[in-house]
Amino acid sequence: MKIREFLKGRLVSKETDAIVDKIPKPVGSFGYDAWGFNTDAYKIGISLFRPIYEKYFRVEVTGLENIPEDGRLLLIANHSGQLPIDGALIGYALATSPHAPRAVRAMIERFFPQAPFIGNILNEVGAVLGDPVNCAKMLEREETIVVFPEGIRGAGKPWSQRYKLQRFGLGFMHLAVQTNTPIIPVGIVGCEETMPTLFHLNGLAKLLGIPYLPVTSPVPLPAKVHLHFGKPMVFEGPIETEDDAAINVERVKDEINTLIQKGLETRNGWFS
Amino acid sequence: MSEVEKPEVLITGAGGALAQNVINQLKDQYRVVLVDFRRRVQFDEGMSSYRVEYNKRGFEDIFRKHDIQAVIHLGRMGLYESTHRNRYNHNVLGTQRLLDLCHKYDVHQVIVLSTFFVYGASPYNSALISEDQPLKASELTMDLVDSVELENLANIYLWKYPELNITILRPCNIAGPGVLNSMSLLLSNSLAPVLIGFSPMMQFIHVEDIASAIVVAFKENHPGIYNVANDDWISYQEAVTQCGCTRLPIPSAPEGVPFRISKMLGLKAWPSYLINYYKYPVVIDGSLFNKTFNFKPKRSLDDIFSYYREKKALGIL
Repeated sequence: MKIREFLKGRLVSKETDAIVDKIPKPVGSFGYDAWGFNTDAYKIGISLFRPIYEKYFRVEVTGLENIPEDGRLLLIANHSGQLPIDGALIGYALATSPHAPRAVRAMIERFFPQAPFIGNILNEVGAVLGDPVNCAKMLEREETIVVFPEGIRGAGKPWSQRYKLQRFGLGFMHLAVQTNTPIIPVGIVGCEETMPTLFHLNGLAKLLGIPYLPVTSPVPLPAKVHLHFGKPMVFEGPIETEDDAAINVERVKDEINTLIQKGLETRNGWFS
Repeated sequence: MSEVEKPEVLITGAGGALAQNVINQLKDQYRVVLVDFRRRVQFDEGMSSYRVEYNKRGFEDIFRKHDIQAVIHLGRMGLYESTHRNRYNHNVLGTQRLLDLCHKYDVHQVIVLSTFFVYGASPYNSALISEDQPLKASELTMDLVDSVELENLANIYLWKYPELNITILRPCNIAGPGVLNSMSLLLSNSLAPVLIGFSPMMQFIHVEDIASAIVVAFKENHPGIYNVANDDWISYQEAVTQCGCTRLPIPSAPEGVPFRISKMLGLKAWPSYLINYYKYPVVIDGSLFNKTFNFKPKRSLDDIFSYYREKKALGIL
């Protein structure tokens, strides 16, 4: 607690303080929510991530005006770049949005809650265990959740598959319909170039118990990242079969693909 | 209403701080019959009070002697009391006998106090656990089997004998003046063990608030299973700091180490079978109870923590 207060005093500017305070994020009397989000830790996280977002990846954003001011929301995005940098970039973009700042919740792998320090720190800055019950409960509490339906198929794909959307899981569509939540499609351009991957060491990954082990750059490259937020999509239920869900998911996938293509056409190069 | 006309309510575990709060809230409208297995509880003059084991034959005499209309079952052998076998005999078999007697003597309503421990502490727990989630505590340790079995038993009677109008309450950590459960003992200590790298989210409810919750559940009578919790949360390490405890870091890995250290320390307040509850969150959703009974706790987290902080500052704890 003393460490958090110290870091907050040293790292969090008045400007960041004011930005985060504007976010309509309900917390309890000690600044926590039920999933472990903590307002002060979030402010520290935003402050630490600012140079990475602004200077290193020089992120450019379009479509932030499509994000509603309040109410439950699912952000559905393409996944890439071996590390979950894309989720953090979306989180920062929405937290600092001049239109309607929102605190974005990201889903994390089941390994993290068991990892000392890391699990708690991730919870404090808004990440939660990837679980459908968690997702539904958060949406009931009008949270904003980012979901990458490609999962590790998208994050870990090699260079040859860049900007080719992998198979989407259908879970987010069921949630959106059950909880009457609008979906914002997000096209991310640039993260594919942060860690170009030639191939994976599958045998070693299996031995280490991790989903994949890419042969890639030792650190993320400073590619310029573009985030394109699309217009809200609303799907009405009920979903009778998995095929019904798949048809709706394809519509979201097409929208994301359109946003990615638009981003690829308008960018000048990987690093500028 | 004259004293004779008042309906009779039997309260088990009458010696505990929670029961005393409940009795205080009910005694004007009901004739309260006090039962405790530890001692004969002295409350107000003229109040019937018995020291009796629930699974002993003499317990039935109370039902013969009084016209018991309702039972509020708060009397449980605590998690740090006695062996798990004794706890099983008392909590599970004793409760079974109590429920059988309630059925035999046409008791109209039974409130059973359970605990949030029944959900089990797991890294895969979602937050805001609702009442329909599986009870996984017995996966963790034999020491929590009695808590889960007590619940299962109450559930069987709830469906088998609807005329008993059983309401099962699963509160989060109960704390405050006079509470002697393991969490309250921990918050009363000057040193609080914490697992390095883990600080799960926790919920606390003031003893006066849970007493009010029991009373409202009794008066309004909507049988079923309900979590009872504040809509407020705090991390474990921050909670102990707020209570004026000094944190005692305990290695959290390898997995067996904290269990061995806990056994070695032999602290009632930090028993080895509850280690996982200091590592992973068990955050329950109390909204069903709040909505059904129009209930809102009056005491804040700070009210709870300031009690421990102030008592320590005065050297009372």
